[in-house]
Amino acid sequence: MSQAHIRAAMSGQPNCGKSTMFNAITGGSARVGNYPGITVDRLEGTYRKNGYDIKLVDLPGTYSLTSYSMEEVVARNVIVDEHPDVVINMVDATALERSLYLAVQFMEIGAPLVLGLNMMDEVKRSGVTIDIKRLSQLLNVPVVACTARLGQGREELMAEVVQLAKDTKGLWTPIRLSYGPDLDPILERMTKRIEEEQFMTGRHDPRWVAIKYLEGDELVIEAGRAAGPLSAELEAVCAEAEQTTRANSNTTPDAIIADWRYGFINGLLKQGVVTGGDELRRNISDNIDRVVTHKLLGPLIMAGVLWAMFYVTFTLGAYPQGWIEDGFTWLSGLGTAYIPEGYVQSLIVSGILGGVGAVIGFTPLILIMFAMLVFLEDLGYMARVAYMMDKVMRIFGLHGMSVMPLIMSGGIPGGCAVPGVMCARTLRSPRERLATILTAPFMVCGAKTTAYLMLVAAFFPASPTGAMFAVVIAAWVFVLLVSRLLRSTVVKGESTPFVMEIPPYRLPTLRGVAVHTLERVWQYVKKAGTVILAVSIVMWAVMTFPELPEDTVASFDARRFIAEEQVRTANPQATGEDLDTLVSEAQKPITDEQNEAALQYSVGGRVGSFLKPVTDLAGFPWQANIALIGAFAAKEVFVSTMATAYSMGEVDPEDATSLSDRLAADPAWSLPAILSVFVFMLLYTPCMVTVVAIAKESNWKWALFSVGGSMAFAFVMAVTVYHTTRLFV
Amino acid sequence: MVMSMRKMSVNQRGQIRQVTASGEMGRRIRDMGLVPGTDLMVVGRAPLQDPVALRMKGFTLSLRNSEADFITVEAK
Repeated sequence: MSQAHIRAAMSGQPNCGKSTMFNAITGGSARVGNYPGITVDRLEGTYRKNGYDIKLVDLPGTYSLTSYSMEEVVARNVIVDEHPDVVINMVDATALERSLYLAVQFMEIGAPLVLGLNMMDEVKRSGVTIDIKRLSQLLNVPVVACTARLGQGREELMAEVVQLAKDTKGLWTPIRLSYGPDLDPILERMTKRIEEEQFMTGRHDPRWVAIKYLEGDELVIEAGRAAGPLSAELEAVCAEAEQTTRANSNTTPDAIIADWRYGFINGLLKQGVVTGGDELRRNISDNIDRVVTHKLLGPLIMAGVLWAMFYVTFTLGAYPQGWIEDGFTWLSGLGTAYIPEGYVQSLIVSGILGGVGAVIGFTPLILIMFAMLVFLEDLGYMARVAYMMDKVMRIFGLHGMSVMPLIMSGGIPGGCAVPGVMCARTLRSPRERLATILTAPFMVCGAKTTAYLMLVAAFFPASPTGAMFAVVIAAWVFVLLVSRLLRSTVVKGESTPFVMEIPPYRLPTLRGVAVHTLERVWQYVKKAGTVILAVSIVMWAVMTFPELPEDTVASFDARRFIAEEQVRTANPQATGEDLDTLVSEAQKPITDEQNEAALQYSVGGRVGSFLKPVTDLAGFPWQANIALIGAFAAKEVFVSTMATAYSMGEVDPEDATSLSDRLAADPAWSLPAILSVFVFMLLYTPCMVTVVAIAKESNWKWALFSVGGSMAFAFVMAVTVYHTTRLFV
Repeated sequence: MVMSMRKMSVNQRGQIRQVTASGEMGRRIRDMGLVPGTDLMVVGRAPLQDPVALRMKGFTLSLRNSEADFITVEAK
């Protein structure tokens, strides 16, 4: 049986319950994709019933259809370019007037619209009555009452979609709003000229183009300039229009357009659509906020919530992280046992399993962190955090919403920049978001914490707590100051307006939280997994090849043989296991020395020595050079590479006391050198997982900027610290 | 009494007279429904007195004082 295909788009303002309805309609069929070139997710799903096959694309949530944000441009382009048969517009019925502002803009483009009035349960509770039939008549659009949280209205909504697709058959009829005595004649004139010249009419409705010119829409005007000379004429008319409106009412055409649109909606609602209720009465959420955003209690509660989130993520996450690490250790064991000794074994065990294992080990942390973050976000709490912290963050060119990513990244030591960078997507302001993403990796993540613990134990045994505290404070100072610096140089620009809805508290659905969380985690595993695999292999090769020349290896083998002979002669009565233990004890220093020599001989070691003249400016011991290079893969590697370089063999990064003793005994670690390495460690290039996350959340250009920029900045700071402290020591 | 929105105190009601912001800020302010004739009430201020929270058109909105400067209200 042939099926009728319908293409529909799901639209709505943020917090209107659009995603909940989308999930309810498409079930588990939704697939995440990307719009080319930008980081807005594209969600698609299907709905099949009664021989209809409806492909549904979820548009980003936007309040309007201007061209000021990525989300708005995407929503608009999907409508204009993909020309869906029907646009479903979910509407928060508790804020009907504001929600219809978006709906009206879809109707001006001409898209056949079905309105889904969501949150009808809340509307009833607040004592408001909405006459749905009347609204539908006045707008000439099908309207369906929904409560997406309970899945109510889903079938009715889709039935209207099918009916509307049948009725319109792909024919679009834009509505014509009046924009007042000043603008209407001008619009008329512009529309006529656009029709005459067939100016961009292949893509847009003529009157819509005229409105966008009057609104000063940069994208449309830019496209218009490329399309033909009429653009200059239209722009001249707009300038004339602005003179008129300024003279008559002291405003601009775009302000008048917004006022009249709202006027149209307001007039419509007053024709008996909405009755009862008091729009200005505080609702329950406003009353809860008297405590939750209270002058003193607010920050206290926030600190408590953040701390709890952190605690849960890293305490609870430690168990599955441990299991996964154990699993990889077991796999490595299998690899060592069953793959013959040689390059293949070394590549698989040290390179691939080691590298990929480190990444997969983060997955539980990301899963837990995202689940809580999605919960708090859907609950509406994150908007309150932004509201409370905005004043402070703004001073440094950031946004209230920057607090969360910074804390997650290690604003309290032990975090991780990967989930931190990823949760920066809650920021709707592109410049502030970029500054947050670029500086968050300075924070003291869990991996850096292990390295600092080792270094602090070695060099500041008297006051480890104070030293760690100083490191964390330094991290915050650097993050805030560098943000300020970035926002006045490379990410320059006015701070994005804060104007933000504080949504009412709504208990999220388990399904919604689960769907969003799993989506994110899967993307992390997929994306990071592939890149990490490649880089792990490269890092392995760099630290393995070239191998020691045969005669050098032979001389180590000879020394081990002599050591074994010496043990045998010294302990003639020892046999079996006892003898083996004694022998391996005697051979260990020789093997450690061989590992050290091999590391120095490898490309990594040579690069380390090659960089020595440069890093001497910052006073780094050569072992730190190699360790810092290795730590690009994952910062934990710093400890294990230092151990190899100090001939320690295998060292557990969690318990590195003996390594600390060795370090403390090495005269190369003077106080200036120590402080210099401390600063460099804090600021230099984020680990590769974070770099991938940065690329994913912005683009590769910014990821590379982060790599190069942090490296240069860290080096300059380390050199400064080294030479300044040398003056005093 | 006609005043800048910044000067309104918590629990005070008013009606918007004029919005003088232009460009992106003007657009975002208007998109959220802050247009002349809109009734509103200040429901709170953040711990550091900025931003401010408003109740209007059935929802709660927050904006910075620097943005409220562009909005003139007839306070009641």
